Amino acid sequence: MSERTIELEVLRYRPEQDQEPFFQTYKVPCEEEWVVLDALNYVKEEMDRTLSYRWSCHMFVCGSCGMMIDGEPKLACKAFLKDYPTGKIRVEPLSNFPIERDLVVVLDDFVEKLESVKPYIIPKEERTVEQGEYLQTPAQLKAFKQYTLCINCLCCYAVCPQYGLDESFVGPAALALAHRYNMDSRDLGRAARDDVVAAAEGIWHCSFVGACSQVCPKDVDPAGAIQQAKFAHGIDYLTSFLPGGKR
Amino acid sequence: MARSAKAVPWFLFAAGGTVLSFILPVMIFTTGIAPALGLFTDALSYDTMSAFVGNWLVKLVLFGILTLACWHAAHRLRVCAHDFGIRADTAVAVILYGLATVGTATAALALVSI
Repeated sequence: MSERTIELEVLRYRPEQDQEPFFQTYKVPCEEEWVVLDALNYVKEEMDRTLSYRWSCHMFVCGSCGMMIDGEPKLACKAFLKDYPTGKIRVEPLSNFPIERDLVVVLDDFVEKLESVKPYIIPKEERTVEQGEYLQTPAQLKAFKQYTLCINCLCCYAVCPQYGLDESFVGPAALALAHRYNMDSRDLGRAARDDVVAAAEGIWHCSFVGACSQVCPKDVDPAGAIQQAKFAHGIDYLTSFLPGGKR
Repeated sequence: MARSAKAVPWFLFAAGGTVLSFILPVMIFTTGIAPALGLFTDALSYDTMSAFVGNWLVKLVLFGILTLACWHAAHRLRVCAHDFGIRADTAVAVILYGLATVGTATAALALVSI
């Protein structure tokens, strides 16, 4: 194991004492195979206990440690130091969100939007335990499985130019999750989600820049989900004018 | 449901993007680059082309390509205007979709008059 010193430039902001956010540099002795989260943990444990950031699993599962690393939204637990050969790394809270404290952002807007798309199965038929499981073929599972992998890390919101310009946009992760349930053969909740999903601030605010899919650490491809939803809801809209169309 | 009428320009935009990504490079090559290289000069003579475009099926295909190009460009520019911080979306939409409508009418008139 070899060691090298990393200069970690961390954006600090403690609302009770700082007028505005500022960068604080820590010289951190790091092991070669560390990730940025290890370096932050070293700072917290050995250098500066006042530093605040979210983390939990350290294995790209919980989605807590999303932050801007050298200007790109990443999971700090998936950003390997060896990929930053200059030895200087800038760490900031996720863009497009208000800062709560240091690297911690306020999630309220996202949580509200996530709830608004009803991200749970609204079943076609209520089944009792005795009736057994809801069965699904592999093909039916494949239609939505990719979109179940979202861990709500919000990297996609931090990079979405449309959300940055206008935060009324429901945004990539919430829309991809709405699509996930709409595509589920056990679900019959699409009409209940339409108010939010098919509105102007829903899928139609997306201009398919595709940055959300590029930065997604779980390869969910929210941009693809939104385009599929645009097609489906577009057909809904056009056929609603035909006799017998859904209104 | 708060369904948005944005589906209509989006379909024209999406169809335009799909058609143009396949057709436009071929059109530029066959009508622009190839003749400059001395290729297809007989096929691209006035008489041949005039007879070719005189066919109603060809007119229909050209109308589709030209019209979808206009609507694709109009919608893309509307989004660009938003990205550049122009917040008068209704005015932008009216102007750009108006231009696309003019383009559609011009394409129709030009093709019918051949």
